[in-house]
Amino acid sequence: MPAKHKSVETKWYEAREAVMRTVPHLGRRDFFNVMGASAAAIMAKGLLPPHSFQLVEVAHAQAPKPEKFTFAYVSDTHLYSPKLNDQFIRAAMRAVEDVNRLDPQPDFVLFGGDLAQLGAKEELDIGRQILKDLKAPLRMMVGEHDWYLDMGDQWRDYFGKETYSFDHKGVHFVVLMSVMEKDFWTARGLTPEQRMKTVAGLDNSTQSAFEVGAPQRQWMSDDLAKVDKKTPVVVFSHSPLYKYYRNWNFWTDDADEVQAILKKFDNVTVIHGHTHQVLSNRIGNINFHGLLSTAWPWPYAPEGLPKLTVAMDRSNPFSPLDGCGDGRIDMNADGLADMIYNLWERNPMTVPASYLKSLGKTNLPSATMLKTY
Amino acid sequence: MKRDILVACTLALLFAVAGAIAQQRLETIVTLCDNETEIVIAGLKPGQALEHGAAFQVADRFMDEWKKKNPGSNWIMAMNMKPGPPIAMQVRRTAAAEPVSATKQAGVYSGFTAADEFIWKTELDKFVAEGNRIFHDAQAVGGTIGVSCDMCHPNAANTHPETYPKYQVQMQKVALLRDMINWCIQHPAKGKPLADDDPKLRAMEAYIMAQRAGKAMEPGKH
Repeated sequence: MPAKHKSVETKWYEAREAVMRTVPHLGRRDFFNVMGASAAAIMAKGLLPPHSFQLVEVAHAQAPKPEKFTFAYVSDTHLYSPKLNDQFIRAAMRAVEDVNRLDPQPDFVLFGGDLAQLGAKEELDIGRQILKDLKAPLRMMVGEHDWYLDMGDQWRDYFGKETYSFDHKGVHFVVLMSVMEKDFWTARGLTPEQRMKTVAGLDNSTQSAFEVGAPQRQWMSDDLAKVDKKTPVVVFSHSPLYKYYRNWNFWTDDADEVQAILKKFDNVTVIHGHTHQVLSNRIGNINFHGLLSTAWPWPYAPEGLPKLTVAMDRSNPFSPLDGCGDGRIDMNADGLADMIYNLWERNPMTVPASYLKSLGKTNLPSATMLKTY
Repeated sequence: MKRDILVACTLALLFAVAGAIAQQRLETIVTLCDNETEIVIAGLKPGQALEHGAAFQVADRFMDEWKKKNPGSNWIMAMNMKPGPPIAMQVRRTAAAEPVSATKQAGVYSGFTAADEFIWKTELDKFVAEGNRIFHDAQAVGGTIGVSCDMCHPNAANTHPETYPKYQVQMQKVALLRDMINWCIQHPAKGKPLADDDPKLRAMEAYIMAQRAGKAMEPGKH
């Protein structure tokens, strides 16, 4: 490409690189001056800086005792066969590029479920291919769009068990399959394709409510029995582990039982996909954060929106990627998570753990410009 | 169900006296709402209302006649499945159910009966249901990339039909709801826009508006 036709993006990266080249040559005092000035410039523009702004990383370096780390997420890509529709494929690739550009790299990347649109092998294939490009390790979660064609057979074949747990830098992570549905298909004589399409319709009331289900709750109780109550716990679930709006399955039917299992812990964070929107909640000891989709944003439900949610701005239908994005989660020293929404067409939005823990009294996220209808 | 049908037909009978009327012979020919079955009621003046019990008997006769012609059929199913344009199940005269009193006005467009409302609701529901079907079907809407309307607008959320017409900044003109539906068909769904009088477009308009029943009209709202 001729040098005189540089894109805005290219220019921005060149400017950023130039700044970064000078950083190692700065003395400690100069460094703080530069960072302070940048922070002031950002404040002057009215942007809330994402929480892991370099000053915070410096604090991390000075006090290495608590384990702070970050992980990134990509969620709800809803991929189609490339022959039918490549726009969601391109969006998923953009998210992977975003994550790969994070510096420092996240410790791992959570995929929040609904990799495929209709659970087809072809869709999961392209998704797996795209996610292979991630530099950081990948942690997979399953969504209903991946599941109801073959009840998860292909997905498990590619990505392993849908329910598992792991420990990372002092935090215990639990990954659930929260989109179990009671059998509505056998009595109706539905084919696997019809079953999948029914579940894929958000407002299709033929399907039943999502649930974690008794066997998985038992597994979860057993898994968490070994974990000290002071250990921070982070749960990944595709559906929100509370009751927001039943008609769209923004809902987990046995959420109360699952929350009860988590009750003994001091600090719990639930991170969920499915809702395709900025969504924040706190119930008892649990902070809840929703993930953005790369494919399309869902409107806020007509009722049940948690009071603590600072809504994201109304998305512009004329801009296909508006309201979509990916993001990063910064784990604080206390084991609670700050959520950074990297909205592609607008300023990033941070929902700090302290905002939720104070029940909205401190660290308010930036407010919306236009209310939803 | 049978009772409902009877009531509907009876009420229709009371006021929907149609067909040929032979005044000299003092009889009234009444047509059932399948537009085919006719029976003669002797001694009934045109426009005169039958007594409640007598009307029920006539309704029973109607249903018996119809069942004779359509053995093993169910009335509602048969009406719904009938090919061709929807049957005009209109009530041709809508005189008040009770005798017109001195204090009430009467006219062709007053005093709707339960039968009228039953029919109107059934017709509207069918129209809205068709819109619902198209709204949820990527192919029916004419899309080419498997994207259907409900994928961004579950239960037609965020379509806010009550805000149209309004100046749509991105189109640089005042848009009606149908313009925005067509925009969505062309862009997110990658299909061809529908003609303004296309039955699919009309049905989708009906579905979208029906989802926002009770909202205040706010044309021009942004």
